[in-house]
Amino acid sequence: MTLPQLFFAYFALSMTVLSLLIVTRKNPVHSVIWMLVLFIHIAALYLFLNAEFLAAIQIIIYAGAILVLFLFVIMLLNLKREETAQKYQSQWPISMGIALVFAIFMTMIVGKITVMPALGEYSVEAIKAEGSMMTIGKVLYTRYLLPFEIASLVLLVAIIGAVVLAKQRVE
Amino acid sequence: MPGSYIPTDYFPVAIVILIATLIGLGTLLLGLVVRPRRPYTQKLSPYESGNPPVGEPRTEFSVKFYIIAMLFVVFDVEAVFLYPWAVAYDKLGMFGFVEMMLFIFILLVGYVYVWKKGAFNWE
Repeated sequence: MTLPQLFFAYFALSMTVLSLLIVTRKNPVHSVIWMLVLFIHIAALYLFLNAEFLAAIQIIIYAGAILVLFLFVIMLLNLKREETAQKYQSQWPISMGIALVFAIFMTMIVGKITVMPALGEYSVEAIKAEGSMMTIGKVLYTRYLLPFEIASLVLLVAIIGAVVLAKQRVE
Repeated sequence: MPGSYIPTDYFPVAIVILIATLIGLGTLLLGLVVRPRRPYTQKLSPYESGNPPVGEPRTEFSVKFYIIAMLFVVFDVEAVFLYPWAVAYDKLGMFGFVEMMLFIFILLVGYVYVWKKGAFNWE
């Protein structure tokens, strides 16, 4: 096992454990704290894919902003009843079995993949020479112009949606 | 090739995270070992300026907080799009400038809508 594989093994294992911790905690605030640790691990994994900018975004947006949203929702809902109620439905062993079968199939499919796709023009060296942000900036605002502008519309929908949903209850 | 790259530039960051975790865990463990442990009811109850605690600590928050958080997320994402644009600005030229102005204008529509709706008013 090489060093990069060792790192990947650590991140894959800890992310699985953290995800399980998130869904099994009784206190939803504890789940959110574990989610913070999970997000930091995901950011570190992006670093190992030579995606520095994405790692920074993962910290700023997910760990910084979306986690706050999660916490606010927990505080809004006042989850006293859910905490004492039974956490798992009675059919959880069946769901577990289906998930396990799915996992086995996925492993079989991924194991079959032997041919790696051809490398594009953005190799590790090319991105290193120019800088992660510069490379993204040059591609995102020229070749991927339309998705970028559509992103602004998606954000607009999010703004209006939040106000329409929440404002009615205030008045 | 995926899984064959190590971000060596971030080695100091890893060390800082490790040291910070060790300091956090170390102080907790040291406290656990050193401090005397004599709990009684008054000591374990939450401190409320000398008064006996009244009511539930967890109450329902106003939905207004959620609107603010949601708007924060949206404008945070907008700011993130500005970073690579600012870095690559020299290469993009006038085209990039117009493009970003369009992006900001679309979000400005949302901003004006929120403002007119009075979502920024706390009362």
